[in-house]
Amino acid sequence: MAETEPNAPGRLELFLGYVKIGLLGFGGVGPWSRHVIVEERKWLSERDYAEVLGLGQILPGPNVGNASVMIGRRFHGLAGALIATAGLYIGPLAILIALSVLYEHFGTEPGVAPFMQGVAAAAAGMVIGTALKMGQNLRPPPELILVGLLAVAGAAFLRLPLPLIVVVLAPLGIFLSLRRSWKRTP
Amino acid sequence: MTLLLQILFAFGTLSLLAIGGANAVLPEMHRLVVDVHGWMDDATFSQLFALAQAAPGPNILAASVMGWHIAGGAGMAMATIGMLLPAAILAYGMQGLTHRLRGNTWLKPAQFGLVPLAVGLIAGSGVIMAQAAGTDWLSFLIIGVSTVFVWRTKYSPLWVLAGGGALGLLLL
Repeated sequence: MAETEPNAPGRLELFLGYVKIGLLGFGGVGPWSRHVIVEERKWLSERDYAEVLGLGQILPGPNVGNASVMIGRRFHGLAGALIATAGLYIGPLAILIALSVLYEHFGTEPGVAPFMQGVAAAAAGMVIGTALKMGQNLRPPPELILVGLLAVAGAAFLRLPLPLIVVVLAPLGIFLSLRRSWKRTP
Repeated sequence: MTLLLQILFAFGTLSLLAIGGANAVLPEMHRLVVDVHGWMDDATFSQLFALAQAAPGPNILAASVMGWHIAGGAGMAMATIGMLLPAAILAYGMQGLTHRLRGNTWLKPAQFGLVPLAVGLIAGSGVIMAQAAGTDWLSFLIIGVSTVFVWRTKYSPLWVLAGGGALGLLLL
């Protein structure tokens, strides 16, 4: 079920792109997934990517992992889904094995903690910056911006369970978006 | 062998509950591996989760580290497969479904309706990370600069991560 799209990656490129996303994904793979797929390699437009990510969000599992399955299948069927997913996880798994071993030996060295603290702060900004950039590029109508702000409030300030946020806001977002499209084409 | 099957089954169940990713199932993961199976104590659980956060990749890979701790390489394989496979099969089916429905005019707007949720939850997890990482003026400065850098430029985010780490090493 491969689709013909202008920047469709070959199998090797799909794999290598996802290896890069996995390996660079310090502090979360979300920003890197978007950076590589939309900005760097242009496999998908901002909107196409956000739509895949939105579907990945309502399914169980990490949204970027779900997106890798869907984007892989979109370009190269079952093989693509396997290639993209394998690429995404192979690097981090290798690093995790190494880290598990190293941490037991060097976890208490001076310098490790402040460095990680600085990286963690930068990673937080990276994630917020990615959301701002996507919002800006996508230009959603006001009522959908409100749904996005409700998601921020629910997740970050009210600390509601994520399944609850999804169960409430997914139908609301779909309803508002459909209503707007019906108004445009009565 | 039964231990490996238990690991596979425990994380396989978690996989289907993880709507919104690893943070959504953290409490349930804790209940399973600490309280129900007694595979590790409280402190080990937190340390292993922190370790998974420090590594690149989706933080659902916390499951892999725990599998490694419980039963070595085979345990890691079982935990990873258990955590990834059920969700991946659903995602695969979903892509097939949207492909089959692609001629319908309502599909695109319906899908776009999920976008604010996805973007909002990205922003939300960024804010949660910032609340945890923002301990003093320097970390707030790093968070602010990094936000603007990633938002307003097309340069690779690797620069701010490296810069943040270097500043932390020098000044924190």
